[in-house]
Amino acid sequence: MADEEKKEQAQAPDAAGKPTAPAAKAAAPAKPKGPAPEPLENELTRRLKARYGDAIGDCTQDRKQAIVVVAASRLVDICGYLRDEEKFDFLTDLTAVDAYERQPRFDVILNLYSFDKNERLRLKAPNDGQCPSATGVWTTANWLERECYDMFGIVFEGHPGLKRILLPDEWRGHPLRKDYDILKQDTQWVRENLGIESGQ
Amino acid sequence: MEKTRGVSTTVLGADEIVLNMGPQHPSTHGVLRVILKLDGEKVVSSECVIGYLHRGVEKIGENRSYPQFAPYVDRTDYVAAVSNGLGYCEAVEKLLGAEVPPRARWVRTILAELQRLASHLLWLGTHALDIGAITPLFYTFREREEILKVFEKYCGARLTTHAFRIGGLLYETYDGFEEDVKRFTADFDARIQEYEELLTENRIWVQRTRDIGIITAEEAKDLGATGPVLRGSGVRWDIRKAFPYAAYDQFDFTIPVGQRGDTYDRYLVRLEEMRQSRRIILQAVDSIPEGPIMARLGKVIKPPPGEVYHSIEAPKGELGYYIVSDGSIQPTRLRIRPPSFVNLQALDKMIRGHLVADVVAVIGTLDIVLGEVDR
Repeated sequence: MADEEKKEQAQAPDAAGKPTAPAAKAAAPAKPKGPAPEPLENELTRRLKARYGDAIGDCTQDRKQAIVVVAASRLVDICGYLRDEEKFDFLTDLTAVDAYERQPRFDVILNLYSFDKNERLRLKAPNDGQCPSATGVWTTANWLERECYDMFGIVFEGHPGLKRILLPDEWRGHPLRKDYDILKQDTQWVRENLGIESGQ
Repeated sequence: MEKTRGVSTTVLGADEIVLNMGPQHPSTHGVLRVILKLDGEKVVSSECVIGYLHRGVEKIGENRSYPQFAPYVDRTDYVAAVSNGLGYCEAVEKLLGAEVPPRARWVRTILAELQRLASHLLWLGTHALDIGAITPLFYTFREREEILKVFEKYCGARLTTHAFRIGGLLYETYDGFEEDVKRFTADFDARIQEYEELLTENRIWVQRTRDIGIITAEEAKDLGATGPVLRGSGVRWDIRKAFPYAAYDQFDFTIPVGQRGDTYDRYLVRLEEMRQSRRIILQAVDSIPEGPIMARLGKVIKPPPGEVYHSIEAPKGELGYYIVSDGSIQPTRLRIRPPSFVNLQALDKMIRGHLVADVVAVIGTLDIVLGEVDR
C-alpha cells in the first residue's frame, strides 16, 4: 500500500512538470479502454435530415445513446415533429451545458423518450444564450427552462413566465456558468437580505 | 398564461383571496411555499415558490472528483439515499464502460428495494397523518426502523448511507445479512395488510382521497410525471422493466397501475409496489452469487471524454444523471434529473377546483422531498 502511494506521488510531479506530454499519454490509452462517441446513421436520422436539411447537425452515438445536434432556430418545429410523427412524446429532461470557450457558448439539452418504441433521444441545440422555448410542445419544459434560465442565464423566447425558480428573484449572476466561481456569490444580496457579510 | 405569471400579480375577483401556505407548514414536507388564489375555499390557481433548500449540488459536482461527489447525492433525496447512490454510481460506471460484478449487483438491488420500502413507508405514514389518520405513522415507522437497522449494520449509517462505490461495493455483507433481510420481509406482507385494514376501506380515508387530484395519462405525460404518479394514471411504465439496471432483469415482478389517476389510486399503486418490492427482495436474497464485489477500475477514476444519461426508478420516479466528461477527474457538467421537481410541477393542475384541505392531500400524494426539488 505504502509503495503504491509513493509511486503515485512520484508520478505527480512529472505530470505537473510536463503539461503537454502527460495529456497525450492520458488520451492515448483511454481510447481502447473506454467507450467513445461514434457517428450514427439510422432511419430516424435520415428522415430528420430529409425533412430539416441543414437544421440537423451531427448525429452521434455515445455509450449507445443517440444524440442529434439541431439548429436552435428550428428547435420547436423539430420537437413538434418528433412528438407527433416519431412518437417521442415524453420530455424527460431539459438542461444546458456551458462550453465556455466555444462559439456558440451553450448547448441546450433535451432528453426525449418514446413510450411506443422504448427509446431515448437526446437533442442538442447550440446557442448563444437565446433559445426558443419548448413549452408549447411539452408543459414539462416550463419549470425546466426556468431552472436553465436561473442557472445559465439562457433566455427561452416564448416562455410564458421566464423568471428564476431556485435562486431569489433579485439574485445577480448565473451560478452554473463556467465563469461563475464556486466560491462566488451575490454579496450585496446576502448582506441586504440575510444581514451577514458572507454566506461562506 | 395566468398560472405561470403568478397568482400574486393577477387581479383578484370580488370573492377571491390570496392565501400563503408555507414555507413553514407541517404538511408541506419541508420548505415548500404555495401561494393559493382562493374563491371561498376553492383553489382557483396556485404558484409554487421553491429553492429554500438550494445548495448548488450540481455546481459542487463540477468541482469534485467522481468518487468525492458520491456522498453529496445522498443529500438530495435524503429519505432514499441508497437509490440516489445507485443511480449516480451506475451513471459513472456507464460513462467508464465498467462492468459491475454480479454479487455487487444483487446486493445493490436488495438494498435499493429496501430503500424503496423505507421511502414508501415514510410517505404512507406522513400522507395519512396529513389527512388526519395518526395511527399508520406509528405502524410504518416501526417497520422503517427495521430497514434502517439493516442499513446501519451494513454500512454504519441510517439515512445518508453512501452504501455503494463506483464499480461495486466497499463493504461485504455482514454475517447474518440474509437472515435479517429474510426475517423482515417474511412478515412484511402481514404488515401491509395492517395498513390496508386501517385505510383502504376507511370511509374517511376514501372520501378524502377518491377523485382528489385527478390527472389523466395524457396530462401526466405532458407534465413529465414519472413513478407512482404516472402509474397511478394507468401508464404501465417502470424503468426497472423498460431499461433494466442492477439485477432487475433477473427477478419476477409486476408493475401495478391505477385507473382513475386520483389520490386513492396512487395510494393503492404504492401499496402494491411495496408488495412487489418484497417479492424482488425475497428472490434476490436467496440467490446472491458468490464472487468479488468490486470491479477493477484503477486508482483514479477518469472517464474517457463523452457523455451519458442514466436513470433509475427511484421511489419517487425517474431519477436521472446526465454527466459530461472531458477526460479529467472532474465532470464538466453533472445534471441531476430529480423526480420530485418535475412531479411537483403537476401540483397546480391537480389542485385547481379543490378545497384547501385537499391541497395537503395532493402534496402528500406527489411524495416530494424538498432536498431533491431544490438540490
